[in-house]
Formats: sequence, C-alpha cells, structure tokens
Amino acid sequence: MPARDDKVRFDWQKSLPRDRELDPLILDIARPRERVLDLGCGRGELLSKLKQEKQVREQGIELNADHVADCLARGLSVIQADLEEGLHDFLGDYFDLVILNQVLLTVKTPLTLLQQALRIGQRVVVTFPNFAHWRIRLKLMFQGRLPLNQTLPYKWYETPEIRVTTIKDFQELCRELQAEILEQRFFQLNYLMHNRKISFWPNLRSTVALFCLRQNSSFAQEEILK
Amino acid sequence: MTRKESSRNGSIGLVKTHSVTFSGADSVLHLESGNTLHPLTVAYETYGELSSEKDNAILVCHALSGDAHAAGYHTRNPREKPGWWDLMIGPGKPLDTNRYFVVCSNFLGGCKGTTGPADIDPATGRRYGLKFPFYTVKDMVKVQKWLLDYLGIEKLLAVTGGSLGGMQVLQWSISYPEKIKGAIPIAATARLSPQAIAFNEVARQAIMSDPSWNYGLYEPDMQPESGLALARMIAHITYLSEKAMLRKFSRRMINGTEPGFKLEADFQVESYLHHQGSTFVKRFDANTYLYITRAMDYFDLHQEYGNLKKAFEPCTGSFLVISFTSDWLFPPAQSQELVKALRQAGQNVSYCNIGSDQGHDAFLLPGNRLGDVLSGFLTRLEKES
Repeated sequence: MPARDDKVRFDWQKSLPRDRELDPLILDIARPRERVLDLGCGRGELLSKLKQEKQVREQGIELNADHVADCLARGLSVIQADLEEGLHDFLGDYFDLVILNQVLLTVKTPLTLLQQALRIGQRVVVTFPNFAHWRIRLKLMFQGRLPLNQTLPYKWYETPEIRVTTIKDFQELCRELQAEILEQRFFQLNYLMHNRKISFWPNLRSTVALFCLRQNSSFAQEEILK
Repeated sequence: MTRKESSRNGSIGLVKTHSVTFSGADSVLHLESGNTLHPLTVAYETYGELSSEKDNAILVCHALSGDAHAAGYHTRNPREKPGWWDLMIGPGKPLDTNRYFVVCSNFLGGCKGTTGPADIDPATGRRYGLKFPFYTVKDMVKVQKWLLDYLGIEKLLAVTGGSLGGMQVLQWSISYPEKIKGAIPIAATARLSPQAIAFNEVARQAIMSDPSWNYGLYEPDMQPESGLALARMIAHITYLSEKAMLRKFSRRMINGTEPGFKLEADFQVESYLHHQGSTFVKRFDANTYLYITRAMDYFDLHQEYGNLKKAFEPCTGSFLVISFTSDWLFPPAQSQELVKALRQAGQNVSYCNIGSDQGHDAFLLPGNRLGDVLSGFLTRLEKES
C-alpha cells in the first residue's frame, strides 16, 4: 500500500484527451536532439513521442510515484519531485525547451513556476484552458453555473486546476514578465476532440491556448534570480 | 563461466563461487587507514555471458549481510534458498542474464571468501581478528575495480546495489566515473544519520560485551553467538517498518491468545527476531560485523569532497536513484538530497520514491515496482551510445 505522500491527489483521467490534444503541436515546436524538460509529465506519453520522433534528450518531473515508475519502465529520464520545489537546482538555460502542458493552473504558485521555467529553459511552452470562451460566458450569464465540458471536465470541488485564466490575462502576464511570445496558437476542441484553429477573436472563440515564450531581457533574468 | 541449468523456472540454476588471489608484488592494497593488505583474495560469482564487445557487464554490490552469491543455487537441495537477489537476477528478470553479464563479489573484509578479519594473517599464521586493518567503502570499491580488471571488463553498463551496496555504487561513480555508464544507488545515502550510527554502535556493543568475543580472539566455532545474534536482532528491526511488522505479526502470540506470563518469547514477533539472530550467527563473523558497520559509519561524501555537489561533479554516467517510502533507516529524504546534488552538478538523473510498506529491506522483497524501473533504465543505458 502506498504511503501517504504517494496518494494521488486528483483523478486526472477525465482531462486526458484534452491534455494529449496539443501533443502534435508541441512535437512541432521541439527541435531534433534538444534538451527538453516536461514538467508534470504524467506517464510520459509526450516525452516518449518527443524521444522517438525528435530524439530529444528528455527529462521529466512528476509527483505521482506510480506514474514515475511507468516513465522509468519506458526508459525515460524522470525525477519524482514536486514541481514547485526542485526547479531552482537546475542551472539557467539548462534546457532548450521546457513544457508546461496543462500544468500551470494546477499549482499553488504559478507565477514562480513560470518564472523558474523561463529561467532554466531557453523556450517555454505553456498550454491552458481559456476561461473567456463565449460558451462559458453565456453559461455564467444565463444559468449562473460553472462550465462542465470537454476542456473543463471537472466539477469545482474535484478539479486539479485550482485557478482559471484567460488568453488576455496570460498575455498581460507575459508583458509584465517581459517574456517574448514566440508563438501563440488558439483552438477550439470540439466534441470529437478534434481541434480547430482559431484566428479571429481568440479570447472569445478558443477553448485552449498554446504559448511559446522566451525570456529575453537580462534585466528580467536578474529579477528572477533575486 | 558459470554452469547454467535452468531446472528452476526463471532461475540461473546452479552456480559456483569463484575466487581470485592477488598476490603479485604489485598488488599490495593500500588502505585509506594508512595500512596495507597483502595478499588479497576476492570471492565472486558471475551470471550470463560477457559480450564480445564487453559492453554488457553489470556490477552488483551487496549490503551488510550479503555475499557474492546473488542468484541461483549452490546445490540441488530443493530446500536451499537462492542467492540474495535472485528476485532480480536471472533469465528474463530485470537483470536479465540472457542479455547482461552480472558480477557480484564479496566485499573487502567480508567473511564469505574475500579476505577479512576471520582469515589467517600470513605474517603471523594466526587469525587477523582485531589485527585486521580498518577499511572503508572506498577501499571496498578499489578491490572491486581490481576484480573487474582481472575479468577484463573495461567499462560497466551499470553498477547497482541497495543500502551499503548503494553507498558502494555512489563511491564507484565518483572514484571511477569513466568506467561506468549508469549508476543505480538503491535505498542509499551519502552519509549515515546519527540515528543509524547509534544503531550500529548498539549492535557493536552487543557483540563486544559478550564474554566469548574475547577482544576478537575467538575460534570460528566459538563465536560470541549471543552478542552477534542480539546485534542482528537490533539491526533487523531497523530494516522493517512498523506497518510491515503489524501486517506480518500483528500482536499474535506463539501459543494461543492468552499471555503466558513468562519471559521467554511469547509474541510471534519475538520468535521471528530470535530466529533471525540464531540463523545469522551460523553464517556471519562477529569481527567482520564490527568492521563493516564502522566502514558504514565513516562513509561521508559531504565531508570527503567538501560538499555533495562537488563530489558528483566528475561523474559522467546516468543515475537512477531509488528510495522506498517506508524506509526510516536510510529515509527517502537522504536519496532526495543525492538527487538534488546530482542535479546541481549537472548530471543526468532519474529518481523514484517507490511506494512500499516494507521498510529498508524493500529492495530485497517482491511486491513493489523496483523490477520494472530497473529493467527500463538498463534498456535505456543499452541504447545510449
């Protein structure tokens, strides 16, 4: 029987289709033989693909012991640790690419995590559900209820995502952090879990967002190190 | 090398312990304590075949009470227990003898074939006893290196071991970084906690306060049995966990359910410990126990290299660090400290705190995911160029 610190805190199963949906895009962003860190890598689905198709030098961090054992059994290099504790041990720009795939909204200190990711990675991929989608707005307005759909499949008391954000709010944070947005892509996941690319009015029309960021200011770099 | 007979399923079958004596003028062992040892005999076993490229060798380092006999059987007696890590070593097992060449040797100062305090000192013609020089984990690793040179192995695919074996793995990765592709310290630590040293000291005092110990001057058949048994009983408690004991023994009595109002063993946990103690004295030398626990106490990578990060800076291979959630002797926090330092030193490291209620001894027992994790890592090492 696993000890207390090994207990799975949340059931992530419901959002698995969503969490895997943007994998092909992340695969595109990764370049061959890069050093890649996947934060909250789960059972290593994305890392395996990255290793197979892009021959990346992979590193994962994951809290769940069973998931880590799965990753290691697949031959992936993974450390069992809390994301919010261990990142400062890595040297600056140690990784070419750091991935925060549907992870940022699940942690207690997302700002610190993002800053650390920007420090240790040359590029950082962030994906998250967009809370400003029109269906969510309408549901709140007319029903006064929280969304429950394929992108946000959890009830409020069981969700691993402990906070919400919107595309506009995230863009504003990037400005504040002086993080350069190298790429931003917006999608609407439909009921078949096929994503449709959204170009116009993304904050209103897309359900998920993918950002690729770079920390380019040396000033900001120093701020982080303080 | 070994006579293979897979009569028993998944087993390497019948194996033999080999030995080699380093007696040439150039093979004087200089120990960290400043003393020398000469000549030196090393007992070892090997399983599987060394590939023509000599790139499939795995060194297994045993723990305090282990020996070179890590897998398979020595006799055809159906009641014989297999080697101490038979769970992991054999055809189709995680340390797959169809793919890997596995080497395990009795460590320096041991009492199972490698030169130790119970052996005859050629200089005096009498048993070494307390005349045996103090040795360290680093010295033990040096002797293993001699053995590998003798076997013609230039580079190890991996070196692994649990507990004291894991300490040897760490020392290997620092002493001979260019000689290993992967290091797998299991339930290990960079230094013992004062609590662990305290348990070692109580065990040593148990031996030394037994009158038959006689300052180390006893004949092999006149061991300080009660002292050594007591030492083993104390140590064995530290290898288990409260939960494992509860599951295994609960508060069950040996006879019935009523207290017997006697001082002899009444609870099942007591008779289990007595059994552990009495079987141990038949297979282990008391003086060796004193020396080897001392070697563990003195092992301190922080102190020796300034700090742990510096210690790991020269390493080149990949690391897989493993701890067990219920291990309170070498607790997970000590493994996490290793992982942190390895990461700071820029090393490639994986880490898993495997869920188990079996305590420190979990690496010797089935029922956890150690096997999966080991085989995944070894397969990855094979693929790395």
